[in-house]
Amino acid sequence: MQRVELGQKVLSENSRIAAELRERFREHGVLCVNLISSPGSGKTSLLECTLERLPKAARVAVLTGDIQTENDAARLRRFGFPVKQITTGGTCHLDARMIEAHLADWPLENVDILFIENVGNLVCPSSYDLGEEAKIVLLSVTEGEDKPLKYPSIFFKAELLVLSKMDLLPYVPFDVDAAVENARRVHPEIEIVKISCTTGGGLDLWMNWIERRRRAAKSRAAEPVV
Amino acid sequence: MHELGIAEATLDAVRKEAARYPNTRVARFGLRIGELAGVDPSAFRFCFEAMVQGTEFERLLLEIEYCPRKQRCRDCRREFTVQNYSLQCPNCNGLNSDCIGGDELDLAFVEVEEYAAS
Repeated sequence: MQRVELGQKVLSENSRIAAELRERFREHGVLCVNLISSPGSGKTSLLECTLERLPKAARVAVLTGDIQTENDAARLRRFGFPVKQITTGGTCHLDARMIEAHLADWPLENVDILFIENVGNLVCPSSYDLGEEAKIVLLSVTEGEDKPLKYPSIFFKAELLVLSKMDLLPYVPFDVDAAVENARRVHPEIEIVKISCTTGGGLDLWMNWIERRRRAAKSRAAEPVV
Repeated sequence: MHELGIAEATLDAVRKEAARYPNTRVARFGLRIGELAGVDPSAFRFCFEAMVQGTEFERLLLEIEYCPRKQRCRDCRREFTVQNYSLQCPNCNGLNSDCIGGDELDLAFVEVEEYAAS
C-alpha cells in the first residue's frame, strides 16, 4: 500500500474557469458581483430597483439563475438592459462553466457592471467561485436573525450584507442589532446596508456601494498586470 | 444540497489520480472539508456511497477530515482554532485576525495498492 499526499482542490476545474473569467473581467474593467440569498429574500427586487435607478446609458448586464422558468429575466428586461436567464434544470447553484457559456456572445468591452443573480439558496452557491469581484448576501427581516450563524460559509465569503425588506420591521420580531452582531461574529469586516425596495429606503447607500466598486474595477483595468 | 455534484467532482479527481499508477487500484482516499466550505460531511458520504455502487470504486474507502476554522492573530501572530464563533485571540485577546483555514474542500491523499496476482 502506497500513500500519496495530494492537497488538491476538489473543485479545481471550477476554480480554473473562474480564474479565467476573473482575468477577463479585470482586463475589461468589468465589476462583476454575485448576489446570493435564500429564495424570496429579494434579489430580483433589488435588481429591479437598481436597474430602475441607473441611467439609461449605463453599461450594465444581468445573468439571472433559476432552476426553472424565465420569469426573473422577464421582470428584469423591462428596464432595457441586456438580461439572460440561466435555467439550471435542477442544479441548486450556478457554476463558473455556466457563466462562461452564457457570456460567450456578450462582448465584455461594452459592459461596466455585470450582476449575477444566483439560484435562491444560502448554502451551495457559496462553494462555487464564479470569477466575481464580490459576493453579496441578502438577508430579509422576515428570516431569522441567526442565519449568519447557521450558514456561516456565505456570510464569511460575502463582502456585503444587504438587510432587505426593512419596511416590514414593525410587523416582524426581527432583531436588527442581533443580526448585525451575528454577521460580524462570522465576518468582522463585512459591510452592511439596510434597504427597502418598497419605500426605497437605503437604496442610495446600495447604489453608492456599487458605484464605488465600479470605479475601482475601472481603474484596475488600466493598471498593468503585475 | 450540492453534495452529489461535489461527490462527482471528487470521484473525477480520484479517477485522474488513479490513472497515474498503472496496475494498482485506489483503496482509500482522504477528503478535507472545512467548516466554512458549505459541504455537509454526512450528506457527502451518503451521495458518494450511492454513486460508487456497482462501479469499480465500490470498495473505495472514504476518510473525511472535518477542519475547523483557524485564524492567525494580526497582533501577536498566534494561530488559533475558532470555537463558538469567537474570533478573539486566546493569547492577547486581540480581535484582529485573518482566516487561515476552514474553507478546505481538498483531496488530501490517495492510497494505492497493487493488484494481487491471480
